[in-house]
Amino acid sequence: MCSPCHKVAGLVLLLAIAGCEREEREFQSPPPQSGDAGAAVLSTLSPGSSAPQATPSPTGRKYNQNAYHISEGKRWFRWFNCNGCHANGGGGSGPALMDEKWIYGGSIEHIAATIRQGRPNGMPSFDGKIPEQQIWQLAAYVRSMSGNAPKPARPSRNDALNPGPAEQQRDPLPTVGGAAQGPR
Amino acid sequence: MSSSDEGLRDTGLDSVRLHDWLSRTWDHKRGLVGWFSTVDHKVIGRRYIITALFFLALGGLAAAIMRLQLARPENTIVGPDLYNQLFSMHGTTMMFLFAVPVMEAFAIYLVPLMVGTRAIAFPRLNAFSYYVFLMGGLMMWIAFAFNTGAEAGWFSYVPLAGPEFSPGKRTDFWAQMITFTEVAALSVAVVVIVTVFKQRAPGMTLNRIPLFVWSELVTSFVVLFAMPAVMMASTMLILDRLVGTHFFNPAEGGDALLWQHLFWFFGHPEVYIIFLPATGMVSAILPAFTRCPVFGYTAIVLSLIATGFLAFGLWVHHMFVAGLPQLGSSFFTASSMVIAIPSGIQIFCWIATLWLGSPVYRTPLLFVLGFIVIFVLGGLTGVMAAAVPIDAQIHDSYFIVAHFHYVLVGGAVFPLVGAIYYWYPKATGRMMSERLGRWHFALAFITFNAAFFPMHILGLAGMPRRVYTYPAEAGWSAMNLVVSLASLAFAFSFVLLAWNMMRSLRHGTPAGPNPWTAGTLEWATPSPPPPYNFARIPVIDNVEPLWRGNGSPAGEVSGLRVDARELLVTTLTEAMPDLREPSPADSIWPLLAAVAVGATFFGSIFTPWAVIWGLGPVAVTLIGWFWPKGAPEDE
Amino acid sequence: MRTGSRLSAAILALFLAGCTGLPAGLDPAGPAAEMITGLFWWFTAICTAVWALVVLGLGASLLRARPADDGASPLDRGSARRISATRVVTALVGATALVLVALTISAFITGRGLAQLRGEQVRTIEITGHQWWWEVRYSDGGPAETLATANEIHVPVGEAVRLSLRSNDVIHSFWIPRIGGKQDLVPGQVNHLDFTIDKPGIYRGQCAEFCGFQHAHMGLVLVAHPRDEFERWFSSQLKPAQAPRGAEARAGQQAFLSRSCVMCHTVRGTPAGGKIAPDLTHIASRSGVAANTLPMTRGALAAWIADPQAVKPGAHMPRTELDSDELNSILAYLEQLK
Repeated sequence: MCSPCHKVAGLVLLLAIAGCEREEREFQSPPPQSGDAGAAVLSTLSPGSSAPQATPSPTGRKYNQNAYHISEGKRWFRWFNCNGCHANGGGGSGPALMDEKWIYGGSIEHIAATIRQGRPNGMPSFDGKIPEQQIWQLAAYVRSMSGNAPKPARPSRNDALNPGPAEQQRDPLPTVGGAAQGPR
Repeated sequence: MSSSDEGLRDTGLDSVRLHDWLSRTWDHKRGLVGWFSTVDHKVIGRRYIITALFFLALGGLAAAIMRLQLARPENTIVGPDLYNQLFSMHGTTMMFLFAVPVMEAFAIYLVPLMVGTRAIAFPRLNAFSYYVFLMGGLMMWIAFAFNTGAEAGWFSYVPLAGPEFSPGKRTDFWAQMITFTEVAALSVAVVVIVTVFKQRAPGMTLNRIPLFVWSELVTSFVVLFAMPAVMMASTMLILDRLVGTHFFNPAEGGDALLWQHLFWFFGHPEVYIIFLPATGMVSAILPAFTRCPVFGYTAIVLSLIATGFLAFGLWVHHMFVAGLPQLGSSFFTASSMVIAIPSGIQIFCWIATLWLGSPVYRTPLLFVLGFIVIFVLGGLTGVMAAAVPIDAQIHDSYFIVAHFHYVLVGGAVFPLVGAIYYWYPKATGRMMSERLGRWHFALAFITFNAAFFPMHILGLAGMPRRVYTYPAEAGWSAMNLVVSLASLAFAFSFVLLAWNMMRSLRHGTPAGPNPWTAGTLEWATPSPPPPYNFARIPVIDNVEPLWRGNGSPAGEVSGLRVDARELLVTTLTEAMPDLREPSPADSIWPLLAAVAVGATFFGSIFTPWAVIWGLGPVAVTLIGWFWPKGAPEDE
Repeated sequence: MRTGSRLSAAILALFLAGCTGLPAGLDPAGPAAEMITGLFWWFTAICTAVWALVVLGLGASLLRARPADDGASPLDRGSARRISATRVVTALVGATALVLVALTISAFITGRGLAQLRGEQVRTIEITGHQWWWEVRYSDGGPAETLATANEIHVPVGEAVRLSLRSNDVIHSFWIPRIGGKQDLVPGQVNHLDFTIDKPGIYRGQCAEFCGFQHAHMGLVLVAHPRDEFERWFSSQLKPAQAPRGAEARAGQQAFLSRSCVMCHTVRGTPAGGKIAPDLTHIASRSGVAANTLPMTRGALAAWIADPQAVKPGAHMPRTELDSDELNSILAYLEQLK
């Protein structure tokens, strides 16, 4: 119709392609295919000395970028009482989740595996108790707590008492694997 | 004014030379830059109308898909996610991108012609408004195409539209689209008010202003006072969502109902912003087709003004079941009843006009008659909804869906379609097909009632609004099927209108300046009007100046410059000639400013810092816009 | 008023040919709904009459015989009759004002009557709206008498009931057309709805305020019993869940407690104590599942548990991967939770 409108439209278009992945409301996870969900491997002997390895997976990417999945994860975090141990991410009897330290790996695949399998010193296994899609949503939300999700996809404040700035307002922190590594 | 004294005046020019000079001065330049630079209110108005009709088509398409989904119980054509987006886009588009803009667009096109001036006031602001509106609307629909359409309804009640329950950017796009269209609407309101107040032809005293112009004037004031409420609300919403403020968070001292108060403080006047210009259209069409001035001019003007005031005292009747104190509700029941009186006065005056005159049944009049039948029904169901006990039953049910479609489609779209048939020859120089028009009217009138009347009963049967499906056991299936079929046929009637408009552009009978032998000033100039509107500014002594004995105005003004754009400014009440005032020339800056403003608004969907970054480009374009160039308009 | 309402009922019945009986909103089940319905018919009668008069007036003004055009300027047309037209229009406006005053007063009188219906002795039931189900709590009688259930409200006939309405998330609206009127559930405030039911029966309703994906499937059932039947219902509901009988049901309880069900649901008398989803202690005694989206049958329950997202896309109950043995045993267990 008119060229400046085209320019605006083009700009909108670029952002909109990212928007598509962010805005999908996927209610029903497709049945998991082998290898689709990636593999999270913890080094068996000394978890501290080498960062845990994870194969990035399409599933992980999908959940990591999608605002709906992350917000659902935020809901489960309260509903499944994750905040009972991890508080609002600052940590309590469980470790903090909003900092850059990841004992068992900070990729979404690692976090999903941690929720699924449980970890020593108190983290129970939720395999079978939390369905697979909800585990991924939780993992995506846990990553967003340290700012590790696209900003527009990260949750904003809740309609509740808010202890600190919402996930959306936090600066992304690099994920550091392994317990021995301190903050850079 | 000293330098303009040196300019060439129209006093001694014969009509051919006058036309040459005025065309050279007022016409916009050819080429792309010229196309984007024009500030001619007729060009901008035409674009505005076409764009709004385009959004009407999109909104109608959304409605058609919704009705397909609701045609059968537990249908699965669209799921809840898409359905919610569709009804939100339908409502938002129809209210913000179609109804309000199209009513303002008619004002932009017609008000300067009807008051007899050469250009609209602040023509660059007017052009700016169009581009802002266009960008807001396109942004909204492009976002929808990329799965980022509004999903919380056109009313976007918090907390559902708030940060917790509407993740992602869908509602942010909605909120910023509001800002776009409100900036556009406020600009037009200013432009129209100044045009009506200061640029009327000499002799057009307050009691000789055409009723359509009166209605647009009152509407513009309503816009000025109503729109800021929703801009504030949508800004609070986006701040809650993006910055983490707590305006609507009850846990931190905010209030969920605050949104509803702000929204409906705008939302109810919004209905009158749409309805008042439509009544103006009726008052413009009636005299032309009854050969009789509208009965009760003063009563109608006072009704318009009363409606404009009362419109602000009704908003709580949208919140009767939200848990507000009963005493307050009673007040709003009474005020909602009272507003029926000015509407009633207008209806009675129009019927009296039909009684006194001799009706000529052409398509515009048919649509006006259809309007009276449908609108009165919608108004009366509105009276029912004003009673708190009844509203408690029908609120948020399909009864209300039926009610406001009777009021908005019957009360605004029918007159609007009549107005399209009526003024189309003025804008294009050709008549629309009368035969097709009659078919269109018959189809639209029958299918509208078939589509929307059963909704009253569905609502009473317990069907709530905004449901994406319903169970078969509820017993709503048969009537929903009727509604769906009829609404598809109603949608088809608009295809007839579109076909008629497009075909008549080439093949319509040439219209001549005044095909309906109407009485107001826009018919005193050729069709389509030249860029300068009037070769000589008319002087009038009557509300229907072309109905004097010889079919032309009482006199003409001379002495205006022809080598530069110049207007005659008159006094507010008596319209006595006051000043000669330069009118701004074409400029690309309004477009650039709109792009800068648009980019700022768009960026602020993603980061509040966009407001800061956007200041620079906006300032640059505004400086460019107002930079003195030594042209007459700078003085 | 009565003739008018009969006439309008007859007109409406024409439109309803093929449907059964009156629409729910006009079939009152208690005094409040009766008053509202009476007011509705009164308004409908008046408004129908006004509309008919306007359309008749419009028709008459179009069909009126007109003198031949005398060639006078349109400006002077009808000037002779303008004075009488002014009188008629003024009278009509006056009549309109009177009708509106009458309607307003009758609305106030009904509103006042509704307010006076509220008695002193009321049973309070707490309703909390959730996306997309209704939590129902009876807590009038102290901790031992506190009862939580979902999506189904039981009340004794003839007793004044006060609902105290809250929301846990977004705005919902409580609407059972036959008991009269609706009331929003707004987060951060408590609203009330008072009613009495005259006739025993089952009354259906659903959420009336748009509340997200499953707004369409947020159904609600109100059951009105005679007093003694209600007391029996209440005391049976107060009991904890009965222990599973039979091997399959026992396996079902185990599956219930070890799979995702236990994360959200409560079954009183078992370790399941989730507070974020409907209480299932007596689910088999209810008439519907998934907020009355489906009837309470084994097949429907199976469909809902096997894939909630196919029944209510977007609902907060996730799909749990259960093998058919697990599913069947859970069904067997739930079916015993009478």
